[in-house]
Amino acid sequence: MTSFLRSREAILAAAILALLVLISSRFPAFVEPGNLARVFTDTSPLILLALGQTVVILTRCIDLSVAANLALTGMVCAMLNAAYPGVPVAVILILALGMGAVMGMINGLMVWKLKIPPIVVTLGTMTIYRGLIFVLSGGAWVNAHEMSAAFTGFPRVDILGLPVLAWIAILVTGLFFLGIARTPLGRAFYAVGGNPHAAVYTGIDVGRTQFMAFTISGMLAGLTGYLWVARYSVAYVDIAGGFELEVVAACVIGGISIAGGAGTILGTLLGALFLGIVKNALPVVDISPFWQLAISGTAIIVAVAFNSRSGRSKGRIILKRAEGHA
Amino acid sequence: MQVSLTTPPVAHVTADAAPVLRLEGITKTFPGVKALDGVTLELYPGQVTALVGENGAGKSTIVKTLTGIYQPDGGTISLGGAPVHFATAQDATAAGITAIHQETVLFDELSVAENIFIGHAPRTRFGLIDWPKMRRDAQEILSRIDADLDPDMPLRELGIASKHLVAIARALSVDARVVIMDEPTAALSHKEIEELYELVERMRAEGRAILFISHKFDEIFRIADRYTVFRDGQHVGSGLISEVDEAELVRLMVGRSVDQIFPQRAHNIGDEVLKVVGYAHPTEFDEINFTLRRGEILGFYGLVGAGRSELMQALFGVTKPSKGAVRIDGQVRVIRSPAEAVENGIVYVPEDRGRQGAVIGLPIFQNVTLPSLAQTSRHGFLRLSEEFALAREYTERLDLRAAALDQDVGTLSGGNQQKVVIAKWLATKPKVIILDEPTKGIDIGSKAAVHGFMAELAAQGLSVIMVSSEIPEVLGMSDRVIVMREGLIAAELEGEALTPENLVRHAAGIGARP
Repeated sequence: MTSFLRSREAILAAAILALLVLISSRFPAFVEPGNLARVFTDTSPLILLALGQTVVILTRCIDLSVAANLALTGMVCAMLNAAYPGVPVAVILILALGMGAVMGMINGLMVWKLKIPPIVVTLGTMTIYRGLIFVLSGGAWVNAHEMSAAFTGFPRVDILGLPVLAWIAILVTGLFFLGIARTPLGRAFYAVGGNPHAAVYTGIDVGRTQFMAFTISGMLAGLTGYLWVARYSVAYVDIAGGFELEVVAACVIGGISIAGGAGTILGTLLGALFLGIVKNALPVVDISPFWQLAISGTAIIVAVAFNSRSGRSKGRIILKRAEGHA
Repeated sequence: MQVSLTTPPVAHVTADAAPVLRLEGITKTFPGVKALDGVTLELYPGQVTALVGENGAGKSTIVKTLTGIYQPDGGTISLGGAPVHFATAQDATAAGITAIHQETVLFDELSVAENIFIGHAPRTRFGLIDWPKMRRDAQEILSRIDADLDPDMPLRELGIASKHLVAIARALSVDARVVIMDEPTAALSHKEIEELYELVERMRAEGRAILFISHKFDEIFRIADRYTVFRDGQHVGSGLISEVDEAELVRLMVGRSVDQIFPQRAHNIGDEVLKVVGYAHPTEFDEINFTLRRGEILGFYGLVGAGRSELMQALFGVTKPSKGAVRIDGQVRVIRSPAEAVENGIVYVPEDRGRQGAVIGLPIFQNVTLPSLAQTSRHGFLRLSEEFALAREYTERLDLRAAALDQDVGTLSGGNQQKVVIAKWLATKPKVIILDEPTKGIDIGSKAAVHGFMAELAAQGLSVIMVSSEIPEVLGMSDRVIVMREGLIAAELEGEALTPENLVRHAAGIGARP
């Protein structure tokens, strides 16, 4: 228990709490349950993408293509709905998951089979996926009136006081907790990032594990693509532009080590919530949204400084009598 | 600093000369750990001082202190009688102290000349690097040490021995008064070592003071004039090599006398476990045929680069052979990946200790169960209770000292991390364990522990393949030895034929077919 209180998750949770107290002192309505639920719902896309990004970063990779993947999948879903309004939402969900997964697999295959550095691969696919949206749509928007009510209504369906979008984020977070703690693949993510050479000699296929991480990340980006377009009832070339950096920021603030192999799902969840609260609170307390960028940036640097401080080596135990004390 | 190629060699100085470099009462403390505790070290011009001590005695710390990477907390360093203080590595280089490391710290992507002159490249009038002069000077220094290297060649194209030559050329380019050599022969073949000794002789003749760190006693007695022994961060003895013998040095190092070196073994060798038939690889090895029986320790001897590790990596599925077959317990098996090797009961502990290390960040029990997850999971889900049980069984067998099995493996000492790694492999219940240079670079005490452990594994019916370049170890531990040379099996030695002379003869190809 004491070790948990000293963990970075606890510190981040305390920071979020302090932030809420501070905001409520100026604007008490912000912390009312109804508003907190709204903030959570608004943060759900970030949580979904950050969870996918977490497994990618754990394996010493990075996925910069998530926002472009989201936008492309969202556009395809919206155009499908506009052309064939009768296609049920279940089919659209499967399409979104599948399309996202395929785009993730493309990233993963290039990292696995061609050994191209992940940052290069995903920088390339980010541009390609974004460009494909323009090719498909011709630069045109798909607007609310072209979408069916079922299509735009799904993420907003209310279940026990929370919209489906929030429930999906909760469900996926739960699956990640389980998957990371209780499946061989979850363990492999940490082993591959923590010591790739040892992982190879342990019989873990490093490339395949990274491929799986990209596939998961892509699948979640695709799913979020549909949810995003439906929620905002609009699809255009630039949706979620630059969102990939916010996603990486959520992971880093949550304590996922960019060097791979370290971090927790709880950390990512808290990191995303922290950014979500900052983003939603600033307009409320009448601070320019541009401050949000400065605050996010500061949070990233503080988080990384914290990481490198805790990771600093304590020196080697050389003297016999020092053994056991360290 | 300019290169002074015209400096005449300093005359050979007698043994009673004043030390050029003197460290006194050096203390270095890391949080909670005293790495050096008031140590003294003297280096004399024109003499080789061997620094010996077990792993963790503080040898690396003193090297880092001497080269300006660490600043001591207490004590004095005096160079030529005057006290000095090295705030940075540049200060130490400028004062004429240079180090040649075991893993050469050079730049693979730069040329030989650039590596020699990095940090002190000759400049033109405009402050730009004077390339023609740099090439000329590099060529001159290289020819002085008889190194046939092209100054423009990128370093990555050179072997380890040639990289050492570049490091030595670098030492000469700053006209170093003090040259530190940190286990320079660890990765060299016999012939390369001989060439290195000649260079040491030459540097000695030029009046440079040499600090030679080594685990190999034969070379200490061959090239050193003086010795200094560290133990647990303290100076425990020093003097002239001519006034000491091996037993005395060992006694100083370990603080007790080591008489029995290799464990006695009962040779209960059973049926054939592994049979390798006609293994070949396009560039690394060919015509590999051998068998391994239950409870047997099979040694693989050869010079560095004879293809032993490459063969082992192919057996473990890291690389693919172009032809050949493996039979395990009489049945033909195909091994295409390490995972398949583990499934078939073959595990491999590689030579590179950084690679075979534990996964820091994962708790102890997860490190142990990493290759055994299929065994501890059901319906695709891991069962933590099973994992704990498996981890407990094997860590207890190895007498691992840890507060709890869910503690991060990074909080353990190096020796205990090693035990976690071994427990990991034993938990897969292997039939064959391949140990690649299991005692390379470790101290005498730990070596004995590894040897004892190997003997115990064999006694329990495990078959061991031991790749080793140390003749005493090969002779002391193996039931049978395969000697490899240039990718081929040169000889298979057993019983009476297992002599040091035979090993060396076959490994070097003396009297072998042309």
